[in-house]
Amino acid sequence: MSTLSLIYVVLFYAATLLLIFGLAMKIAQYARTPAPLKIPTTPAPMTQSGVALRMAREVVLFESLFKSSKWTWIFGWMFHFGLFLVLVRHLRYFVADIPGWLAAIQPFGKYAAFMMVAGLGGLLARRFLVDRVRYISTPSDYLHLLLLIGIGMSGAMMTFVAHTDIVALKMFILGLMRFAPQPVPADPILLAHLAMVAMLMIVFPISKLLHAPGVFFSPTRNQADNPRERRHLAEWAAQLEK
Amino acid sequence: MAAAPDFEVAKLTGEINVPKLREGAMAGVKAYVANEKIQTPLGYPGELVEDWHDRAIGKMGELLKKYRSLQVFMDACVHCGACTDKCHYYLGTSDPKNMPVARQELMRQVYRRHFTFAGKYFPKLVGARDLTRETLDEWYSYYYQCSECRRCSVYCPYGIDTAEITMAGREILDSVGIGQKYSNEILGKLHRIGNNLGLPGPAIEDTLQGLEEDVLEDTGIPVKFPLDVEGAEVLLVTPSADFFSEPHVESLIGYAKVFHAAGISWTLSTKASEAGNFGLFIGSYENMRKGALRIRDAALDLGVKRIVVGECGHAWRVAYSFWNTLIGVGSGADDEFAKKLQAQLDHNYPQPSHICEVTHDLLTRGVIKADKSKNDHRVITFHDSCNVSRASRMGNTPGGQFTIPREVIKMVANNYQDMAPGTTHEATFCCGGGGGLLTDDLMQVRVKGAQPRMEAFKDVVDNKKVNFLALICAICKAQFTKVLPYYGYNMSMVGGVHQLVSTAIELPGLGAGPVEAEAEEAEMAGGE
Repeated sequence: MSTLSLIYVVLFYAATLLLIFGLAMKIAQYARTPAPLKIPTTPAPMTQSGVALRMAREVVLFESLFKSSKWTWIFGWMFHFGLFLVLVRHLRYFVADIPGWLAAIQPFGKYAAFMMVAGLGGLLARRFLVDRVRYISTPSDYLHLLLLIGIGMSGAMMTFVAHTDIVALKMFILGLMRFAPQPVPADPILLAHLAMVAMLMIVFPISKLLHAPGVFFSPTRNQADNPRERRHLAEWAAQLEK
Repeated sequence: MAAAPDFEVAKLTGEINVPKLREGAMAGVKAYVANEKIQTPLGYPGELVEDWHDRAIGKMGELLKKYRSLQVFMDACVHCGACTDKCHYYLGTSDPKNMPVARQELMRQVYRRHFTFAGKYFPKLVGARDLTRETLDEWYSYYYQCSECRRCSVYCPYGIDTAEITMAGREILDSVGIGQKYSNEILGKLHRIGNNLGLPGPAIEDTLQGLEEDVLEDTGIPVKFPLDVEGAEVLLVTPSADFFSEPHVESLIGYAKVFHAAGISWTLSTKASEAGNFGLFIGSYENMRKGALRIRDAALDLGVKRIVVGECGHAWRVAYSFWNTLIGVGSGADDEFAKKLQAQLDHNYPQPSHICEVTHDLLTRGVIKADKSKNDHRVITFHDSCNVSRASRMGNTPGGQFTIPREVIKMVANNYQDMAPGTTHEATFCCGGGGGLLTDDLMQVRVKGAQPRMEAFKDVVDNKKVNFLALICAICKAQFTKVLPYYGYNMSMVGGVHQLVSTAIELPGLGAGPVEAEAEEAEMAGGE
């Protein structure tokens, strides 16, 4: 196997391990840390099923962001929903036989790349153009956006401009999954695309991308409004009563 | 108070506009720092400790382990900017560090540096900073320019609540010896004497006797203000400002008339003579719990069946959301600590209940009646207090905290007007004086922070002829009484919801005759 292939094989195994273990550690940390007081932002649902619905609206529709800023909401939602479709479409490279539904969403997944990149462009523009957002932006905020734009653009180029050898790509990915590595196709656009994806996987658990698991653990959103009906007591707080 | 302020007060337009940012606009503004005598009884060092750096980082690590909110909020922010135009202090001061995200970043920068991989190895890239002496000063300045109102938490896509971070910031500052004089002095009085004003039992007794005489003179009815009565059904816990301050005391009279008219036996308590609990403001679970324990003790001593809380915003948050956790006032406990008290309480009523819930229920069922026309000289608007709106509830359905006080007002008065959407309900603007900022040394912060609310108020004064700002919070009452004149309004426009109830309630025994006519005159004269 060529040095190039070896580098990509190692890179993807390392990135996958860092992503999985990094996220698992952060999720375990959030789950372990107690929430000693009832602090849902009210009005809040009074039942657990109500909480699930609130969380679903938050995660799928970005309800709070919609209340807050229509521009950020539309760009943010375009990016995230576009990315979601793109990711689902990419499943075709991870399964030997493509099921019917996956084949059916292929055109949506392809064009979603434009929605994703357009949303990212809008978010980037806000960072430059709105004085308040510019003030709070760090270099890593710009780099995150540029990285995602790079991933989206390089991906779209391979779909719409210069086709890459997707059969060879699929063999490479299935090879990784079966622990029988195959050569990586030496297409520069593909190599750039893959390198940026690996980069994103690596920074995920050590960056603001933690907002993805974090939102599910946010006490202001995931607590039911029932403090008068149920006594809520954290372990360390119970010790004070001893 | 100086006649002319030493800062600029905006001219109201009736509209809320987002200002361009002016860096450092409020950088020098700081509350007075607490001395050793104030700090020590709360369990904090009296002055800045030698090893402040390590202790502050240690405290931050401890809080990150104790509070999931803090841990998640430190990680989850993506700097999307959704909150940047939501804080009344940013809108009023244009200082970018008063944008919620920037206020959070003051702590997040240090968090990244000391607790994250990226911040340890790539500080510039991710915006991480060492904890320095200057950082502490900046924290002290800006964590006391936040009223912990939670408006930003409504708009954050991850529900990040700056109040949680402000509280953690204050707790860390306290733990290295930098406390705020105003909040901590008051908290000391609560622990030592039993209420924020530091009123000893005899003073409260005197005041209540005086009130009985006043009400008898005004109405001809012997409305009682019972104190420390064992076996009473209801223990009323109210902010101590209700005993002495105007217009607060008018609401206390209102509560008394409600209980009198409904025939409910009730009592105040010298031990639990404060509903407020500044332990919340400084983010100290232990101090908040200690403050709340007085209420538990009083309830057990007096053997009451119900606990009712008077008009106070943050007190209602602590009571509604935290009392069951802190001291077992509530339902559904299966532990020894809370079971005894919960067995004593009557669970046909919510425990604790807000006075507005009690009055609303009595009016709705027709147990008490009101003559709305007695409030006809008033055109009323209602200010949703932040802690009631975004951190608690009333009644059986989400949002009851908005409908119940409004319905109470509409059941005792004919003229009601809401302020503009986007400034009420969950989007309400803080009065500007909450969260421990209600002190003269922060007058600039208070006046400027009140601007968004004042703009919405001006709108209804100009266009809807509003002349009464109805409140259910002792801090709101004190804040608006002081701040309204800066914006050209008379402080007599401010009052409590139960002041309106007091004006209109029909008292049994008040037969048709000269007494009623006199009472009406007295009300009309006294009302304005």
